[in-house]
Order: sequence, then structure tokens, then C-alpha cells
Amino acid sequence: MSNSPASTSSHRRDSILLGVAVGVVGVTFGVLADSAGLSPARTMAMSLLVFTGASQFLAVGVVASGGSAVSAVTGALLLGARNAMYGMRMSPILGPGAVRRAAASQLVIDESTAMSLAQDNIDDSRDAFWVTGLAVYLFWNLGTAGGVWLGDVVGEPAVWGLDAAFPASFVALIGPHIVTKPGQVAAVLAAAIALLAVPFTPAGLPVLLAALAVGPALAVQRRSHRPTGPAGVEGVT
Amino acid sequence: MSWVAVLTLAAGAYLLKLVGVVAGDRFGTPLFRQAVLLMPPALFAAVIMLQTFESDTSLVLDARAWGLLAACVATWRRLPFMVIVLIAMAVTAIARLVS
Repeated sequence: MSNSPASTSSHRRDSILLGVAVGVVGVTFGVLADSAGLSPARTMAMSLLVFTGASQFLAVGVVASGGSAVSAVTGALLLGARNAMYGMRMSPILGPGAVRRAAASQLVIDESTAMSLAQDNIDDSRDAFWVTGLAVYLFWNLGTAGGVWLGDVVGEPAVWGLDAAFPASFVALIGPHIVTKPGQVAAVLAAAIALLAVPFTPAGLPVLLAALAVGPALAVQRRSHRPTGPAGVEGVT
Repeated sequence: MSWVAVLTLAAGAYLLKLVGVVAGDRFGTPLFRQAVLLMPPALFAAVIMLQTFESDTSLVLDARAWGLLAACVATWRRLPFMVIVLIAMAVTAIARLVS
């Protein structure tokens, strides 16, 4: 069924639906960035240029809780490092052409990688990568713009419980990562490290210290002799 | 965040993606790759704790904790992303009103 009309239209529909869903998350990002005091232009620059949702949420979250820009950027880049792993996986699928590959690189994120790897032949994989990547790019940015506008309308964030939206979005995001034992160890240890560090360190540092939890989690993973990563590719953003 | 911070993050995020695409399979040991893929659960968990219990570098227990509890239940029930966020917001707002 290589590239038959049926399979092509089926994965394209899924890709576009996924893009729309991510667009809704983009609305949340826009509202949160606005309530964290990021200007509309900078918020849009984040979604257009950074374009990796979880890192954007993390950066804005660190800034919102009083952390420094250095902590925000460092934490966000630690999180974005998984896109390098996805890039390695997608490299043979993307096809030739330096310009094309440079453009494709910006679209290497959770969703495009996951949708591409779900196809059973390379033509569909490549097509799914581009359609998903472009759909997510379009709707993520439309959603962000909508959120920035909405953020101006709602006014005082705490009255609406908007400060709870940050942790809630991360609760939703962490789900696919804690289905394996190593993922659970990483999460529980990191949570403990972050809380213990709060009274003793400047804002922003607890997040970075929590990254140390990866060490013990890695030991657990190695001991269980399973070569697979935690779900490999995860759901939203 | 300043423009410098936003653009530094943008450049860094793009370079990470590009490095992977250019390097293909030649980059990093399996151990390193596993470590990178364990970053999200660690960082997400830390952010959840800080956003819920931190206030000006001290730990507090306030209305946000109820929101977190609601978000956990909503996630466990596999509700959509936006619904999870809205439920957490509503619960926090109500807890704040009644306290």
C-alpha cells in the first residue's frame, strides 16, 4: 500500500487533527506567557522561532516563578535536547537537499516524529513528518496568538486560577513519560530534589538541580536490561 | 525574558534539532541518548512541584494544591489536555474564593 491514496489521506487527516489539538495547547501557552509578563512580540517569537512547546512552557514557567532568564533558557534547552535524539532518528527519512533538511530541522518535535514513525513505509513516513510538522507549526502559532489576545481580556490571572494552569499542563504532559520505571524514578526524585532545594537556592536553580535525578533513573534503566527509552516519543508538545 | 534570552533560546533549540538531523546515527552513545530521553519526566516533575508549592523561595500550601490534585485526577481519567487545565483552574479559583 505504498503511498496509496487511502493511506495518504488517512495519515494526513490524523496529522491535521493533531495540529488542531496542539493549537489548543498553544492558546494555553499564549495566555500563560501573557500572564507571566512576556510581551506579545516575544511570546510570538517564542512560538515562531523556538517552536518546541514543552521548552516554551518551562521557560515561561521559570520566569513566572521568579527565576532568572539564564535558568529559564538552560532548563528549556535541557528539555529541548530530546529533539536532537528525534533528529537523529528522522535523519534518514527526511531525504536529500541541504535547504530542505535545514527547514525540516525546525519541524523536528515530539508530534512530527511520533506521527512519522507510526507509518509503515518511508514515503508515508516522510509525508507524515511534513504534514504533521507544518500543521502543528501553523496551529501552534495561531493558538499562541489567540492566547495572547485572550490573556489581555481575562485580566488578573489568580482570580481565574490561571496560576494553576502551569502545573496542570505539566501534569498532562508528564503522563506518557512515567509509564516506565526509570521515568517514574526520574519524576519522583526530581520532585523531591526540587522541593528540598527551594529554601536554600535562588529561584530557577531547583529545576536545574532536579535534572540530576536522571542519574539514578538511568541506573534503574540499565539494570532492567531493556534497551528502549521511556516511550521514545511522547504525546502533546 | 529579554529579547536576548528569547533569541538565545530560539537559536539553541534550533541547533539541537539541526545537530540531530545532520549527525544521524553517528552522535552520542546509547547511554547518553537514554539520559536525554529521561530529562522530560525529571524536569516536568520539578516544574509541577515548584509551580504548586513555591512562593518566593519558600514552600507554601495554598489553593494551587487543590488544582494540582484535580489535574492529577483529570489526567488519570484521560481527559483532553485543555479540559485538564480548565478543571485545575476552576478548582483553584473556587478553593481561593472559599478560603
